[in-house]
Amino acid sequence: MPPSSAWRHYPQRYRLEAARCTGCGKVFFPPRLVCDKCGSRKSEVFRLKPFGTLATYTVIRTPSERFSLEAPFALGIVNMEDGVRLTAQIADASFDELEVGMPVKLEFRRLYSEGDAGTIHYGHKAVPVRD
Amino acid sequence: MRDVAVIGVGMQKWGELWEKSLRDIYVEAALLAIDDAGVDHIDSMYVGCMSSGLFTYQEHIGSVLADYLGQRFIPSTRVESACAAGGLAFRLAYIEVASGVSDIVMAGGVEKMTDVSGSEATNALATAADVDWEGVHGATFPGLYAMMAVAHMHRYKTTREQLAMVAVKNHRNGAKNPRAQFRMEIDVEAVINSVKVADPLNILDCSPITDGAAAAVLVPAEMAGKFNKGGVKVIGSGHATDTIALHAREDLTTIRAATEAAKRAYEMAGLKPEQIDLAEVHDCFTIAEIVVNESIGFFEPGQGGPAVEAGATDIGGSIPVNCSGGLKSKGHPVGATGVAQIVELVEQIRGESGPRQVENARVGLAQNMGGSGGSSVVHILEGM
Amino acid sequence: MAVGIIGYGAHLPRRRIKVEEIARVWGADAPSYKKGLELIQKSVPAADEDTITLSVEAARNALNRAEIDPAEIGAVYVGSESHPYAVKPTGVTVAEAIGATPDCHCADFEFACKAGSEGMFVAYGLVKAGLIKYGLGIGADTSQGAPGDALEYSAAAGAAAFIMGADDDKMLATVDETYSFMTDTPDFWRREHKFYPEHGGRFTGEPAYFRTTVGAVKGILEKAGMKPEDFKFAVFHQPNGKFPKRVGKKLGFSFEQIDVGRVVPKLGNTYSGASPIGLTAILDVAEPGDRIMMCSYGSGAGSDAFIFTVRERIREVRDLAPKTYPQIDENVVQLGYGEYAKFRHKIKMRGE
Repeated sequence: MPPSSAWRHYPQRYRLEAARCTGCGKVFFPPRLVCDKCGSRKSEVFRLKPFGTLATYTVIRTPSERFSLEAPFALGIVNMEDGVRLTAQIADASFDELEVGMPVKLEFRRLYSEGDAGTIHYGHKAVPVRD
Repeated sequence: MRDVAVIGVGMQKWGELWEKSLRDIYVEAALLAIDDAGVDHIDSMYVGCMSSGLFTYQEHIGSVLADYLGQRFIPSTRVESACAAGGLAFRLAYIEVASGVSDIVMAGGVEKMTDVSGSEATNALATAADVDWEGVHGATFPGLYAMMAVAHMHRYKTTREQLAMVAVKNHRNGAKNPRAQFRMEIDVEAVINSVKVADPLNILDCSPITDGAAAAVLVPAEMAGKFNKGGVKVIGSGHATDTIALHAREDLTTIRAATEAAKRAYEMAGLKPEQIDLAEVHDCFTIAEIVVNESIGFFEPGQGGPAVEAGATDIGGSIPVNCSGGLKSKGHPVGATGVAQIVELVEQIRGESGPRQVENARVGLAQNMGGSGGSSVVHILEGM
Repeated sequence: MAVGIIGYGAHLPRRRIKVEEIARVWGADAPSYKKGLELIQKSVPAADEDTITLSVEAARNALNRAEIDPAEIGAVYVGSESHPYAVKPTGVTVAEAIGATPDCHCADFEFACKAGSEGMFVAYGLVKAGLIKYGLGIGADTSQGAPGDALEYSAAAGAAAFIMGADDDKMLATVDETYSFMTDTPDFWRREHKFYPEHGGRFTGEPAYFRTTVGAVKGILEKAGMKPEDFKFAVFHQPNGKFPKRVGKKLGFSFEQIDVGRVVPKLGNTYSGASPIGLTAILDVAEPGDRIMMCSYGSGAGSDAFIFTVRERIREVRDLAPKTYPQIDENVVQLGYGEYAKFRHKIKMRGE
């Protein structure tokens, strides 16, 4: 990912900035220029609360090359509390405890780096919420 | 809009075609179609190819392939819609004939995937997903479909064995297809014990990396009678897109793009799913075939798994699916797949499929899709 | 104007490796290491954790306790000896992630294990000078120990963050006094482009850690006109479980005073996070009116000493973010040496 492309998405990757359509209330992550539900072009930016539940998950055993050090790792789609879904790796969880509906919290983590001389990409991963 | 018919089809044996370049592979299949059709020229061409750029570092292949096919100066267009490229190329060829702009149009598809390393190929394929919001988190194609499988299994109690049965059936069919990449039969245990890719999918749940091409020649239906084998009419054509990211869809257990594309095709054809005699469905992964069968109305939601278990989608079943062997056994040269589905339907409707022949095959449906369901193209063909 | 801590928080990785497991691989005598270091295990960062990620989560914990708008933070200072980039500060990513940019001063700090307390000191100083409203000082590390070396048993990972401010109604603990003691003492160092640090063996003890810590603590006590008995808690730099006990005794502090802040036995030496994380553990249990002595130590060498007095508000906010001892003890995963070596990039990969 070129530095400019990564940088452009810092508000989403670093701060979970989403947008709520002012026309119909639909939440978009990442924010969009036009709402696909009501066509409105106005929205307000807000930060997602980092909590949600797993809508689904898998364990990636043959990863793409840049994630080879992490494999096997869990990946999931999270139903965020604020009413939008996103894809994230699941960290610090044993594979047997994964289940649909599991509560998770998004934590700041390293996503990958462009080799040992390139930039490092940061974002969030889902970590199980344990009481 | 004129009625359109397919008068010729062609595809070669698919596999790792080390000695052949992308140009050779395409021209070979195109010539087979031209000979099958009995035409001496074509007016226009659409070529489906997901990424000649990432796989072979060559773009501009609309021109490259028209040139190498010996059809200089014709309008030739390279079409991209990830794995739905071929189906979309066929649709555009159909539209060009139906609209009267051209009379003899070739719809072809090709992919040359084996010159790059396995991981480069995986990276290229991953561009069909949402690079910024799925790929960056390590989502692979098997990973996305695996998540669809987990959601489907959680909601409908679809079993791991039922997924494997899709691969078993498709290999059984492909064993009878001389052009298939993998012609060995497998069993459920072999699928479940094969190398893990993304839980619950194993390597034998996944379509392979393949080199290959397929082509079809389309003409106005009223001209079809002039050619050797007559024509197979295109009675339905539908195309739809959906969100690129799996997570952006309301329901993770169905593929709306397939449903919408199929609806448009059924409407155009004036048919219901029950009236389809056989289908070629995009089984990039075993779960995909189950989900699509439900999405396009062959079975109720959640019944796709039990249906394959009961043999409903076998060659002799109530709705034979992937008699060609599907992507799993026949291979999946990405851009070519959608056109190869047409090849199978045409041959079946003509009665040329030998040991794979579906009895009384008159109406066939081809469903092609891109990525995790970001696009889908559906065609319905009928014997004339 | 009282200036002090208005928010605090620690963030620790969940993985651990035991002394026995490291000793097993190198054929060393585990019991003697455990006894000599008074240490049973250390924390290990996963492949996706680094000084930046640990700092961000610690800062978020501090913000949850401070209950302020992050845009009002005027400075972000991260002290570490394992900044992910040699050139590009850890602080900018932390500031961006918490929403403190762009009206913010930022610089990364480095001074072996006292880099964290430096960040705290400078943040405090800017608030006291009236230049900024709130300042964030973080100590964080994912330190490396050379394979088979004594330091491998203790080099751990963790982060602690402190928000300094002058708002009376937000005050959790005032900074009553500061004092820094610093000399050129070559006890432990790492040259540029080298992966592992070097050290002077036993020279790191009396002439370095002890001399400097004692110098700083005696200095601050004199400056403040106070005695060890005046304190409820004391936390010193903790490269192992023995040193803080020994220096505490030398200075006249009891074991009860240093017990809570001595987090190293089950956590390891978190380098720039060491005494700062100890301080967060103390703040998790301290009562209003309690006096706390904190003295860091960074090889090279220097110590930053602080005297804090805890305020009422601490009772209201300490449950607003994860406490430190639960992070040390709960939901941890033990690793084998192979996995540990993989996560700590000790395995030569293709192309290296």
